[in-house]
Amino acid sequence: MLSSQSFIDRLTDNGFNFFTGVPCSLLSGLIACLEESGEAPYIPAVREDAAVGLCAGAYMAGSLPVLLMQNSGLGYCLNAFTSLNLIYKIPTLVIMSWRGCGGKDAPEHIIMGEINEDLLKTAGMDFAVLTPENHQDVLQQAMLKIKEGLPFTLLVKKGIFDERH
Amino acid sequence: MKGTEAFKEIIPLLKGEPVVHANGYICRESFQQQDREANFYMIGSMGLASSIGLGVALCQPDKKVIVFDGDGNVLMSMGTLAMIAATAPKNMVHIVFDNQVYESTGSQKSLSGTIPLEEVAKSSGYPMAFRVTKKEEIKPAFKKLMDGKGPGFLLIKVEPDFDPKTGRVTHTPEEIKTRFMNSMGAG
Repeated sequence: MLSSQSFIDRLTDNGFNFFTGVPCSLLSGLIACLEESGEAPYIPAVREDAAVGLCAGAYMAGSLPVLLMQNSGLGYCLNAFTSLNLIYKIPTLVIMSWRGCGGKDAPEHIIMGEINEDLLKTAGMDFAVLTPENHQDVLQQAMLKIKEGLPFTLLVKKGIFDERH
Repeated sequence: MKGTEAFKEIIPLLKGEPVVHANGYICRESFQQQDREANFYMIGSMGLASSIGLGVALCQPDKKVIVFDGDGNVLMSMGTLAMIAATAPKNMVHIVFDNQVYESTGSQKSLSGTIPLEEVAKSSGYPMAFRVTKKEEIKPAFKKLMDGKGPGFLLIKVEPDFDPKTGRVTHTPEEIKTRFMNSMGAG
C-alpha cells in the first residue's frame, strides 16, 4: 500500500498545484490529505467533465492540474478529452480509480471495469496502472507526457491507497 | 437586439482581459468581429466554457477573466454555476448571449425561453446577476460587473441573426491555446 500523504507530496514535488475531482472511496485518502493540507486547493467538481474543463483553464493560466475521479465518470469525459485536451494539447494528470477491476464489485461497476482500459486506448489517452512498486516510474512517464502537452491517466485499483470513509 | 449587435457593443469595451468563448456561434461571431490573442475559442467540448473560465479565474486572481457563454452551454452545465458561486472568484465575469436557440445547428429551441438563467445564477449564489434586453443597457451593466466584486453574471437577451456564411475560427487549436497562454504570461 502507498501512503496517500507521501504520494500527494510526490505530486507537489513534481509541480502539481491544482487539484479537483469527484470523489471515490478508493481515492478518499488522497482527497482527505488535500483537504487537510490547504497548501494546494482541492476544488470539489459537480461532474467529471466540469473538472476536465476546470483543469484545462488552470493549466492555461499557468498551473499544473490533477483530476481525481472514479472510472464511472470516464464516459462523461470522453468528449472533453477528445475535443479539448487532445486537440489543443492541454495536459492534465488524471488519477482514476478502477472500480469493477477483475469483475468483483457492485453491479454498476462491472461493465466499466471491464472496458475502461479499452476506452482510454481507443480515445488515444495514455495511461498506466499504478502499483506501490512502480509509482516512481509511472509518475516519470506521466511527467514526460505532460511536458508533451498530453493528458495522462493513472489507474488506481482497490487497496493501493489507504481509504478514509 | 440582434446577437451581432450585442457583440458590437461589448467587444470595444474589452482591454487585455482573457475571454473564454463557448463553441458555435459565440466563437465564430467574436472571431469575425475582432480576433484577439487573449480570446480562447473553445471549438468543441460544449458546456465547458464556464468551467474553463473558472479554472483561469482561480489561477489568475489578479486579472479580470471573462466568459462569453451561450444559453445552450449554460443549460448543459448548470452545475458549474454552483461551482463558480461556491469558489466565488471576485475577478470572474460571466456573460451569456441568450438567443433561446441552438443557432449554429439550425435554431432548434433551447429551454431559456422559459427558464430565466440569470435567476438560476442568482439562486446559485452569484453576488451579481443581471438581465439586459436593450443595446444601450449593455455598457453600464458590463461596467458594473467589471468594477464590482464577482463572480458576476450578465444575461443578454438577443434575437438569433447569425449569418451561417460567417467563417469558422481559422487558427489551429494549438495556436489558440499558445496565444491565449502567452497573453496571460503563462506560456
